[in-house]
Amino acid sequence: MSSSTPQYLARHWPAFAGVLVLLAAPLAITYWDQPFYLDVLMRLMILAIAASSLNLILGYGGMISLGHSVYIGIGAYAVGIPAYYDQYSGVLQLLLALGGAGIFALVTGLICLRTRGAYFIMITLAFAQMMYFTFVSIEEYGGDDGLVIYARSDFGGLFDVENSIRLYYLVAACLLLTLLLVHRIVNSHFGMVIRGAKSNEPRMRAVGFPTFRYRLACYVISGMLCGLAGWLMGNFTGFISPEMMDWTRSGELIAMVILGGSGTLLGPTIGAAVFIGMETVLAEVTVYWHLYLGLLLILVAKFGRGGLGGLWQRIRGVR
Amino acid sequence: MNAPLLEVSALSRSFGGIAAASELSLQVVHGEVHAIIGPNGAGKTTLVSLLAGELRPDSGSIRFCGETITAMPVHARAQRGLARTFQITSIFPEFSAVGNVAMAVQAHANHSFRFWRPVAADMALRQRALEVLQQVGLADAPDRNAGEMSHGEHRLLEMAMALATRPALLLLDEPAAGLGPEETTAMVAILRKLRQDKGILLVEHDMDVVFAIADRITVMVSGRAIATGSPQAIREDDNVRKAYLGEGLHESA
Repeated sequence: MSSSTPQYLARHWPAFAGVLVLLAAPLAITYWDQPFYLDVLMRLMILAIAASSLNLILGYGGMISLGHSVYIGIGAYAVGIPAYYDQYSGVLQLLLALGGAGIFALVTGLICLRTRGAYFIMITLAFAQMMYFTFVSIEEYGGDDGLVIYARSDFGGLFDVENSIRLYYLVAACLLLTLLLVHRIVNSHFGMVIRGAKSNEPRMRAVGFPTFRYRLACYVISGMLCGLAGWLMGNFTGFISPEMMDWTRSGELIAMVILGGSGTLLGPTIGAAVFIGMETVLAEVTVYWHLYLGLLLILVAKFGRGGLGGLWQRIRGVR
Repeated sequence: MNAPLLEVSALSRSFGGIAAASELSLQVVHGEVHAIIGPNGAGKTTLVSLLAGELRPDSGSIRFCGETITAMPVHARAQRGLARTFQITSIFPEFSAVGNVAMAVQAHANHSFRFWRPVAADMALRQRALEVLQQVGLADAPDRNAGEMSHGEHRLLEMAMALATRPALLLLDEPAAGLGPEETTAMVAILRKLRQDKGILLVEHDMDVVFAIADRITVMVSGRAIATGSPQAIREDDNVRKAYLGEGLHESA
């Protein structure tokens, strides 16, 4: 069942190489003085957290949410609204982000999860849009224009994230933590129930699982993880607006998951990397870079079962 | 005689004016195979769905192990020891054979709000699943992908998943559907062994299977039970001959 450490490294070297690159990147970026790429990588990692959280319900649980970016918004406003009242406590903001996302997921999940298929997609979209328009209409917090956050979360003397490189490492740690968490969850007893319910829910009930409460718990965990991404996003951009929870943002998260390989641990991260890579490179050339993203998505949907991550594994499997 | 495991009283359910079950009453006692036969559209699968909890009856009641379960959801009935197999194979095609059965074992082993330890490290789960696969004769390649198994193996896997829940009562919806002669013989042998420590409600089209193992037979026509009795009594019942067995008996007897 368990393989030795060298074998493990040989099998998973791209993942370890990726971690090393992410950890070493700030050194290179500082050396060549290219702070722009620090921002690119931070955005990539934050979106990778969000996409991984979506993957937990979409890829493993078969719950296709078209409103997942609402949790990025909730997490970000959990930084922005306290900041508006000069409350910068990192612990408070983080608790608000996780708690707010968790409560929103719990309340909406109780309703959404009673539906299936297209209805589920539509109702998750509806709840997200309700939040979107709620924040658009709150003049106090900038409405449509959003809010500028003048200082990042404050952890006292413990950890100062005003320094972007430190924020970078905080984001990297959150990404690794998220991946570890998703990995443990999907392979646990709980994960089996979630995956079984995706595969054949009537059968799960027939053998005795009350599937609803497990799927709801999964939905809440997923929302909270995405709330974490939102908290990081608020700190990273220093600006929040309802646009962060617009449904097109949710669509982009889905694209990342599918592109990289839904239902795989690293797929969403790969998807986020490809997405950000294309955005960074192609946006220089054309404002219509989404066209190329679309074409790539079509190719993956048509030929690449398991996304780009799956393609890579097949290439290595053949060798 | 034993107190009945399952006691169905005056169960009715109709779909838009068509009575799929009408004033049905029947019992299954411990150690008994009670077969339900009847022509297509007689309401046999509806009965199974009503008993399993996927459908709610319009009226009537279901008692199981002395408890009224008429309004209980599917999973709660399963937790109390009522297991079913599906007429149309219903498995987890992406999982291994042993994974399919392990899922059913897990459903009855404490709650599954366990998020951290890998399920693969739960050797007791796998061990128990392998034992059940052994019982139905599928233990030789337990790690095979269930989606790639043959139809006959799927029927056995269905059975294994029901057995893995350690049921007191098995609801079998045409377990021998689509099986070849040899596979059917194997299935009958399995059913014979199972009856010893549980009750079985068997819906089956194959009269050879029914008359080989049933202790009691209920004949359903258009949602009604027109006769209940021993296989011998059913063979000789005039109403049954008229309504249904006329053709069937020549084929099988």
